[in-house]
Amino acid sequence: MYAYDHYDQAMVDARVAEFRDQCERRLAGKLTEDQFKPLRLMNGLYLQLHAYMLRVAIPYGTLNAPQMRALADIAEKYDRGYGHFTTRQNIQYNWIKLEDAPDILADLAKVEMHAIQTSGNCIRNISSDHFAGAAADEVADPRPYAELLRQWSSFHPEFSYLPRKFKICVIASESDRAAMRLHDIGIRIVERDGALGAQFYVGGGMGRTPMIAPLIRDFVPLDQLVTYSEACLRVYNRYGRRDNKYKARIKILVHELGAEEYTRQVEEEFAHLLDQGVEPPLAELERIKGYFADPAFDAADVEPDRSDPDFAVWLDHNTHAHKIPGYVSAIVSLKPVGGIPGDATAEQMRVLAELAQEYSFDELRVMHTQNVVLPHVAKADLQAVWQRLNEAGMGTPNADLMGDIIACPGLDYCSLANARSIPIAQRISERFAANGKEAALGELKLKISGCINACGHHHTGHIGILGVDRKGTENYQLLLGGSEAEDTSLAKITGPGFDEHGIVDAVETAADVYLREREHGERFLDTYRRIGMAPFKEALYG
Amino acid sequence: MILVTGNDLKTGAVTWWTGHGWSTAIEDAVDVGQAGDAIIAAEEAARRVNVPYLIEAEHGPDGAPRPAHIKERMRALGPTVRPDLTLKPNDVDAIRNVV
Ligand code: HEM
Ligand code: SF4
Repeated sequence: MYAYDHYDQAMVDARVAEFRDQCERRLAGKLTEDQFKPLRLMNGLYLQLHAYMLRVAIPYGTLNAPQMRALADIAEKYDRGYGHFTTRQNIQYNWIKLEDAPDILADLAKVEMHAIQTSGNCIRNISSDHFAGAAADEVADPRPYAELLRQWSSFHPEFSYLPRKFKICVIASESDRAAMRLHDIGIRIVERDGALGAQFYVGGGMGRTPMIAPLIRDFVPLDQLVTYSEACLRVYNRYGRRDNKYKARIKILVHELGAEEYTRQVEEEFAHLLDQGVEPPLAELERIKGYFADPAFDAADVEPDRSDPDFAVWLDHNTHAHKIPGYVSAIVSLKPVGGIPGDATAEQMRVLAELAQEYSFDELRVMHTQNVVLPHVAKADLQAVWQRLNEAGMGTPNADLMGDIIACPGLDYCSLANARSIPIAQRISERFAANGKEAALGELKLKISGCINACGHHHTGHIGILGVDRKGTENYQLLLGGSEAEDTSLAKITGPGFDEHGIVDAVETAADVYLREREHGERFLDTYRRIGMAPFKEALYG
Repeated sequence: MILVTGNDLKTGAVTWWTGHGWSTAIEDAVDVGQAGDAIIAAEEAARRVNVPYLIEAEHGPDGAPRPAHIKERMRALGPTVRPDLTLKPNDVDAIRNVV
C-alpha cells in the first residue's frame, strides 16, 4: 500500500492547521458563512439535513487496518457510532460538529488520511477496481497509476476551479467493476504487444444527464499518462460550460463538440504539452509501484470444506477469484436483510480491521457497491473469516443479488433529496428475503437514488429506482436495463411512478416477469435486453 | 404560520426560533409572521445560528407546528431509518407523522 513520504505528510498536516484556523475564524465571526462555505467544502465538510457531514477520502478505495480503526474511532468519538460507505468508495459521517472538524482531520492525518478534494469543482478522489492487486483477470495493479494521478491532481492549481467536479477512475481488466465509463475520465490499463498502456474514455457520468464515456484514445503509453490526462482536463477547463451548472460537466462538452472534435482538440493540446515536461519521470511511477508490491503469498491451494451449507452459499456468492491459486478476495456484505446499505458501526469497522490484519495482509477495500473487500484471504482461512463476519452481522451471502442494494442517503440525510432511498431498500430487501426469490433471481443489481443527482447509480441498475417529489409526497420511478459493468448501458424509465409501497410491489412484478420469461443461463439484464420493455410494462401497468 | 429555522453554528444541530432564542425542539417554535427577515438578520449577525431561513408550517394535531414540507418535518425529527437517533426515540407515531 502507498505510504506517505514527508511531502505528502507535510501537505496534509499544513492543511489541517489551515482548516483549524479557518474554523476558529468562522466560530469567532471573522468569516461569514458565504466566505467559509467554499473553505469547508474543500475539506469535505458539508451542511446536511441534521448536522454537518464529513466525507473522508479513501484513495482508490484501499485502506489498511490502522486506517479502518481510525475511522471507527472517529465514528465513536465524534459521530454517533457509525459511518456510511459510499458509491465513490469513500466514507461519510452524518453527525459532525463544526467545532470538532479540525480535530477529526488531525486524527485522520495521523493515519495518512484526509478529506481534501472530496467536494468542490476539483479532481475528486480517484476510484478503482476493488479487487485491484488481487484479481485474476487484471493485466496490472491499477492503483500505482491511480496514485500517480492522485499526486498530480492534489492541489493542482490549474484544476482547482474547474467548471464542475471531476471524477477519474482507473481499472486494469476487461471486467469493469468500478463503473469506469461513467466517470469524467475512465482509464483502462491494457497490454499491447507486451507493453502496457492506457485506454482513455472521456465524458461519462450520471446525474441528470447520464452518459457513457466514448473511447477517445486506444493506447496512451504509460510514460505519457499524466500528460494525456492534463490535455483532457485543459480542453475541458477552457471550454466547459461555466455559464450553466447543469451543463458544466465534461460529458456535456464532449457531447456538444462530438467525441471526434473533442479528441482532436485533446490531441492538439497533447502534442503541445509533450515537450513541456509535464510528465513525472518514469522512476516516480516505479517508486510508487514499489509500494504496491505483492505481499508474501505463500498459502497452499486447499479447497475449503463445503460441508456447512451456509458457508458453501457464502463461498459461492461472496468470494472472487484471486491471481494466486491459494487465495480469494472475500466480499464483506454491508447489506444485512432490512439493514441500511453501506452503514457500518464502529464495532464492525474494528472487526474488519482485525480480520484484515489477521487474514488479509493488513488490507481492505471499499467497493462502489457499498460493501468492503478483504482482498487476500487464504482459502484455508475462509471459514474462520466467515464465522467472524457472521458474528458481526457482515456475513450475508448476497453479493450482486437482490439484497445487495445500492442506496444513497436520500431524504433521511441529504438536503438535496426528493424522497427517501434507504427505507425503500430496506422494504425490498425484506420482501425478497421473505418470498425466497433472491436465490432464484441470481445476479440482479438494484440501485436507488433519492434525486436526479444519481449518487445511488440508479441509471445503471439492472433495476433502478429514482425518488421524485410529486406534489410534496414521495414518489418513485422504476427503471430497467442499466449496467455499470463492461456491458455498460443506461436504464430506461418504465412509465408512471409508484408510491413507497407500490414501488416494492413493482420491483417484485418486474422480477416475476424475468422469472417467467428467462431462458437458460440468462440474468435479469439479459432477459430484459432480449425481450425489451413491453412485457414488463404490460405486467406493471396492465 | 411562518417559522425561522437554521442550524446551530457550532454543532450543526437543527434549531427553531422560539421568540427569544433557539431550540432544537420544534414544539418551541413560534409563528414569526412578518418579522422573519429581521430575526434572520439579527441572529445571523450574532452568530447564534447558521444559514437561517423561513419555512411554512401549520398547527399539527398535537398543537405543535407541523412544517408543510416533508424535508422540514424530517429535519425536525431526525432520520426515519434510525428512530434511536431521532429526537423522539420512544414515540412510535413520530415517524408516521413525518411521512
Ligand atoms: C451530502 C450528500 C450528497 C450531496 C450533497 C451530493 C451531491 C451530488 C450532486 C449535486 C451530484 C450531481 C453532480 C452532477 O451531475 O454534476 C452528485 C453526483 C454523484 N454523487 Fe453525490 N451527493 C451526496 C452524497 C453522495 C453519496 C452518499 C454518494 C455515494 C453513495 C455519492 C456519490 C455520487 C455519485 C456516484 C454521483 C454521480 C456521478 C457523477 O458525478 O456523475 N454522493 N452528488
Ligand atoms: S442522489 Fe440526491 S438524494 Fe441521493 S445522496 Fe445524491 S443528492 Fe442526495
